[in-house]
Amino acid sequence: MSLLTGGMAVLLAMFMFSACSSNDSKTGNNDAANQVYIPPGKHDQFYSFMSGGWSGNVSVYGIPSGRHLYTIPVFSQTPMNGYGYASETKALLNTSSGFVPWGDTHHIQPSKTDGMYDGRWIFVNDRNTPRIARINLKTFRTDETLEIPNTGGQHASPFCSSNTEYLSAASEYSIPLPKPMGNGVDVPISSYKKNFHGMISMVKVNQHNGHMKVDFQIEVPPFDYDLGRFGLGESKNWVFYTDYNSEEAHSLLEVNASQKDKDLVLAINWKKAAAIAHQGKGTVVSTDYDHNIVNPRTRWAKTTVEHKVRVLQPSDIKGAMYFLPGPKSPHGINVSPSGKYISIGGKLSSTVTVYSYNDIQNAIKNHDVTKTVDGIPVLSFKNVEAKQVKKAGLGPLHIEYDGKGYGYNTAFISSEIVKWSLKTGKVVDRHASYYSPGHLTIPGGDTRKPYGKYLIALNKITKDRYLPTGPEMFAGEQLFDISGDRMKLLLDFPVEGEPHNVAELPASLIDTGQVKYFDLSKNHNPYVTRKEKDAKVVRKGNRVDVYMTAIRSHFVPDNIEGIKVGDEVHFHITNLEQEWDIPHGFALKGMQNAGLLIIPGDTRSIVWKPKKIGVYPFYCTDFCSALHQEMQGYVRVSPRNSDVKIKYGTNKDL
Amino acid sequence: MNISKHKTISKRNRVLIAIASVLLLAVFLFPLWQIRMQAPQYPEELGLNIWVNTIKSLHPHNIQSINDLNHYIGMKPIDPHSVPALKFLPYIMVGLCLLGLSAAIFAKRFLLTTWIVTALGAAVGGLIDFHKWEYNYGHHLNPHAAIKIPGMSYQPPLIGSKQLLNIHAMSYPHIGVIAVGVSIIIGIYVWINEYVQRNDKIRDLKSAQRIG
Repeated sequence: MSLLTGGMAVLLAMFMFSACSSNDSKTGNNDAANQVYIPPGKHDQFYSFMSGGWSGNVSVYGIPSGRHLYTIPVFSQTPMNGYGYASETKALLNTSSGFVPWGDTHHIQPSKTDGMYDGRWIFVNDRNTPRIARINLKTFRTDETLEIPNTGGQHASPFCSSNTEYLSAASEYSIPLPKPMGNGVDVPISSYKKNFHGMISMVKVNQHNGHMKVDFQIEVPPFDYDLGRFGLGESKNWVFYTDYNSEEAHSLLEVNASQKDKDLVLAINWKKAAAIAHQGKGTVVSTDYDHNIVNPRTRWAKTTVEHKVRVLQPSDIKGAMYFLPGPKSPHGINVSPSGKYISIGGKLSSTVTVYSYNDIQNAIKNHDVTKTVDGIPVLSFKNVEAKQVKKAGLGPLHIEYDGKGYGYNTAFISSEIVKWSLKTGKVVDRHASYYSPGHLTIPGGDTRKPYGKYLIALNKITKDRYLPTGPEMFAGEQLFDISGDRMKLLLDFPVEGEPHNVAELPASLIDTGQVKYFDLSKNHNPYVTRKEKDAKVVRKGNRVDVYMTAIRSHFVPDNIEGIKVGDEVHFHITNLEQEWDIPHGFALKGMQNAGLLIIPGDTRSIVWKPKKIGVYPFYCTDFCSALHQEMQGYVRVSPRNSDVKIKYGTNKDL
Repeated sequence: MNISKHKTISKRNRVLIAIASVLLLAVFLFPLWQIRMQAPQYPEELGLNIWVNTIKSLHPHNIQSINDLNHYIGMKPIDPHSVPALKFLPYIMVGLCLLGLSAAIFAKRFLLTTWIVTALGAAVGGLIDFHKWEYNYGHHLNPHAAIKIPGMSYQPPLIGSKQLLNIHAMSYPHIGVIAVGVSIIIGIYVWINEYVQRNDKIRDLKSAQRIG
């Protein structure tokens, strides 16, 4: 079916539905308020983690209320609390390209046990500078970032296997890789087909502490790997990726990567590939990439530069990697809860293609191979394509499952959510979405047992849905009730950045066992000051370390003299409070850095390089107490050659 | 019938005294007193458990939080090590237990009387001391305190509840003191039983002898 006629059929269908249903109004239904109303002081049922897209961070919302609960700093410097500015956190943003203070967060993957979310960690990728972050769900802090080597940019990342054995990262942007491999190569861009390579990275997760490690990589043709999913249940040993640009274009991709009628879907038996890699197949290549981990004792992030990675060629893993012929320029790929079906959104068509895992296995068993592409066998299309969901809207992107036998896909171009039966492939319901939804989620939608009665559509275009805020605005998300036969629009809620992907976890999986503050006696930051009497200012050459304490409502010391122009002053502030939600802040006039927010029991450090003589006030930025305004102090900065000695104190004349 | 035999404590009462004496040791297992504080900002409440030898936070780090808050109104920080009563109270309790046990073992009424009088004295003395500590704590304020409200003192109630600025303070005996109370009640019951009821019996015996 051509795009045009498909679209007309969809429009006709939409018209018919909207004509016969009052529920499909643009403004939701009347009893929706009750369903999303969470009374003051009561909590939501679900945590919703949204990647912020170009915000580089992850925002947390309560569902069904849509209330913004928190933003977790991940790949972007966050002056709000000093993340990426505080000395403890800076290393988390280190890469082989240096300090990269911004990222493009894309896909949220909760850790899993037995194919179900387990509430331990959230993994999220940076599409731009390829890296994966691990967020600790006890503290909602980023505890680790790992750069993915030999990769130009990663979109199909960081998908998570059934028991969090592996995360998979696949390159979107292929890059030239020198032979033998290593860091970077200078070749003409027009030599794309010859010199550029795609890369699938398998990142092993340590089950004890969550630490990530690039276990091995597989070199693949220079297509743009778009999305991926691990299998579930019987298909759990496999991982599947969609890709576009099997044309291998390097310019004007909107045209040149959209020429073929069919693209290829990559399927890898990761278990088999891992076993082969562990036998020592492939080559260990030299390439530098950064691995940044927060030490749980010191809460100080440290960078380790890794130098090696094992790279496999398709010929090394014969029988473990296949291409399936896929729809033209496909986008989302989602495995059904049973693991039996793999659905693909035909981004430039009006269909969702559903593969049967059994058919794929049969085709492999029967060597039903039509050709090979760069040494990778391509399975016959006829025998692996289970069914096509027709009229799945224009531009189907992503699919989620409700665990009751239905799939739901977003349709970007026709701006709607389409519900269809996994069994028959027939569309049973559709609802307009405002506007142009990308990802969507059903709580637990990528687990063995989805448990949500909700669906969230992540809309890419907001326009008139809220009070206007000039030309720039938050993205708009929409919450649907999917407990009945028909979808009901319940709520619009604006979210920061441009959320690409979202995961919803039941509150009970996370809310118990939350860290409320850090135990001061277990704070092993090398610059901790556990008691006011231990506060001190120490000069070593032109480096001055200020060991400072903060407690309601004063700093110790709050008067400091003996600092000189040209010094490098390191403030290390320990919040002595041992109580929930009594952070203290630290801000100093003219400091070309950020302020700090220091959680009770924690120590945070920041560097200040005074350039001019003067007396500089500093103060607490968090309204900690009734005497918060009074929580302030002064630092005196003397000329470079002055002989003013280091002196400090609180409530005494220096 | 030997009258002097009745001046010793009956077997049943000796068992009761022994139980009552051992019951006193409950103060080493449970707090004596509990002070809880609620405020708008503290839905999870703050509190103190007063033990025979120390003061502990009801929830982790509550003492520090209470001290943080109290310094604004000039109250001295609560330091368990600086309360003298908590230094010798454990010895008093052990002593009382031993005294009671000796009354049970030697079955001497004067030991019983001494035990009860001492125990009552210790209980009343303890309450007075606690009240004094609370009074000092709530009245002796740092004149340089940031928040001064004329006429306001911050003595928590000995028993019951009281609103102190934003804090609703509740003070009640805990299992330790209740055990001591039960122990003393048993002691008083035994004492009455020995000196009143059994004295009557002795009188009856004596008159019976006279008649005889």
